[in-house]
Amino acid sequence: MSLYTPEKHWWKPMDREEMIWVTIAFIWCQLITFIMPFSHAYGKHNPPAVTSKASTAEYGAKVDKFIAENKTGEEAGVAVVEVKPEVKEIYIVGRSYQWEPVLKLQQGKEYILHLSSGDYEHGMSIQPMNMNIMALPGYDYHLRITPDQAGEYFIICNEFCGAGHHMMTGKIYVS
Amino acid sequence: MGGYVESAVWLAYGPMALVFFLSLVAAFYYKPKWVGDPSEFRVCSITGMKVHIPAGSLIKANLWMAFLFLALGGVMAFGVAFTRWPVVHLLPDTLFYRALTMHGLAMLVFWIVWFEVALMYFTITSIIGARLAAIRTAWIAFGLMLGGSLVVVLTVLTGNADIMFTSYPPLMAHQWYYWGILVFAVGAFFACAVYYVTMAVAFREKVITGSLPLGVYGMSAGVTITLLTLFHGAVFYFPTWLWSMGLFQNIDVVIYRLIFWAFGHSSQQINVCMMIACWYMVGTLSIGSKPLNEKLCRTAYVLYILFICIASEHHLLVDPAISPAHKAFNTGYFMHMAVLASMIHALAVPASYEIALRKKGYTQGLFEWLKKAPWSNPAFSASCLSIVGFGWVGGITGVTFGTEQLNIISHNTWRMTGHFHGTVVAGTSLAFMSMTYYMIPIALKKEIAFPSLAKIQPWLFGPGVILFAVTMMFIGGFGIPRRHWDITFSEAAFSFSFNPIVSVGFIICAIGWTMAIIGGLSFVVIAIGSLLNDKEVE
Repeated sequence: MSLYTPEKHWWKPMDREEMIWVTIAFIWCQLITFIMPFSHAYGKHNPPAVTSKASTAEYGAKVDKFIAENKTGEEAGVAVVEVKPEVKEIYIVGRSYQWEPVLKLQQGKEYILHLSSGDYEHGMSIQPMNMNIMALPGYDYHLRITPDQAGEYFIICNEFCGAGHHMMTGKIYVS
Repeated sequence: MGGYVESAVWLAYGPMALVFFLSLVAAFYYKPKWVGDPSEFRVCSITGMKVHIPAGSLIKANLWMAFLFLALGGVMAFGVAFTRWPVVHLLPDTLFYRALTMHGLAMLVFWIVWFEVALMYFTITSIIGARLAAIRTAWIAFGLMLGGSLVVVLTVLTGNADIMFTSYPPLMAHQWYYWGILVFAVGAFFACAVYYVTMAVAFREKVITGSLPLGVYGMSAGVTITLLTLFHGAVFYFPTWLWSMGLFQNIDVVIYRLIFWAFGHSSQQINVCMMIACWYMVGTLSIGSKPLNEKLCRTAYVLYILFICIASEHHLLVDPAISPAHKAFNTGYFMHMAVLASMIHALAVPASYEIALRKKGYTQGLFEWLKKAPWSNPAFSASCLSIVGFGWVGGITGVTFGTEQLNIISHNTWRMTGHFHGTVVAGTSLAFMSMTYYMIPIALKKEIAFPSLAKIQPWLFGPGVILFAVTMMFIGGFGIPRRHWDITFSEAAFSFSFNPIVSVGFIICAIGWTMAIIGGLSFVVIAIGSLLNDKEVE
């Protein structure tokens, strides 16, 4: 009984049922552990692996340069950027409270999307596909992405970043 | 990065190590006064075991605080829940974020820790029947925890810490917030010390001979994890506190998140250990269940201690800076070995219940034991609902969302919120409620007030929480973010609307929220009513 001192020798072998259960549970734990490296080798939707350090000032300067070089217009006061076909490296930054810039991407082309924050921690959540990656100040996260469906994507922030957190949005067009 | 970690470790572990060393010295020179004063003990009419009377007032004080904070958290839960539902949208944005911060702290920190401290004193004095050594230190712990928690509540409610429970830098609260948390943590540390000292004294005075009972063993596993958790907490709260006063520059966000979750996740493992201890103890008290295999159950607790404390990276699966190999290893071998422990208890606890009920003669067919179980005993029904809620709603979803690839589609969405309401509310809180129905009569010799309300209380709270937790996970799959004031994005630069099915989900959530809030409120009424009850147990 769980309230009373057990008998003196309680180190006893398991029953058959217990043995079966523990074996099944152990195999299941191994399977869910194994599935992660397996998907890294053979899957197509893994958390990105490459990061570099970049202070918020450095990263902000890079993004501003990127926007200045590739800006094609504005939408709701936010710069819209479309890169030349040969350019692979694109940038996005979360600043309280806006994702900048609006990106226009080509379907089927592979990009390196740099993601970081200009101030607080932000969560980049791309809807309606529901893909969620963290944007942390001081770290530049290199996302290797290939947009495979044309359309309009919407970015929200899903890490609390301050009083205007719910106003933080962004956009990606794929054509 | 290295500099920060080193100084953090020195700043945090230094004073802690000093306290630890001093308490060892004190324990060496401590001469217990003679103990066997029989007038300090009585025999409980429910368990037939010795109960240390002076510990009662301490248990009572801690329970009072737990129930008051549960009530505060419940009020905040009401505000938060009915702001999230776009149809009602109760609170303005600032108040919503404030209420959400308070809700997290009041429930996850204050209600649970206060209750756990009461539970620690309860198991050691009313189950083992030891005298509570160092009773003055226990009151000092109470005072520190009280002071700390009041400071935190005032800082949050006055709007000086709208930074959520996680307090991720660079979001900064007023320094008093960190003061409060640290003082509260020191109090909790003292309470753990009192638990261990009491146990050491009980061994020395031969009150405990042989192995600890399984329930107490589980509690001790929880207290051990508490010590590790508090150290982790100090490692990041201490520098963050210095930073809030301007004495420290550059908090590295990744290191903060890593250590925060080493603290945050281990503290959930304390809850798990103590919750499972409650399942075992309530089983024995209500139907006379007996653990199947002591070796297996105890090994499972050891797996918790060994593995979960370092498994913080399943919170950081879509974060930069940590390599996928590290994430996979940390989540796989460290977290999944703790999952194995939960799987062991998932067999052992219900099986012990079934065997005990079959022994009572309910042997017809496969399910007669289930049909004839004492469902009107609130402690038993709450415990069973807690097992279902923790295992099937909270636990299993946590393990799947904690897979690297699946985490991309669930990180920081309502899937997470649903998951941890399954574990911490349907699991831990409900198990603690179930234990309350025995703790108050055994430790305080008071009858449970409003017994007919108590019969239905678990049936309102448990299914309510399970309903909204499952629905939150379902609509979280459509991308509903957590901690968000306005999912219609009416003030944002770009507008977007989620799949219309989420509005149906919100209605189901609202039913669950209402049931859970009424159930929680009834529990507070019953619990506080019982503390004030004059009627003694025969």
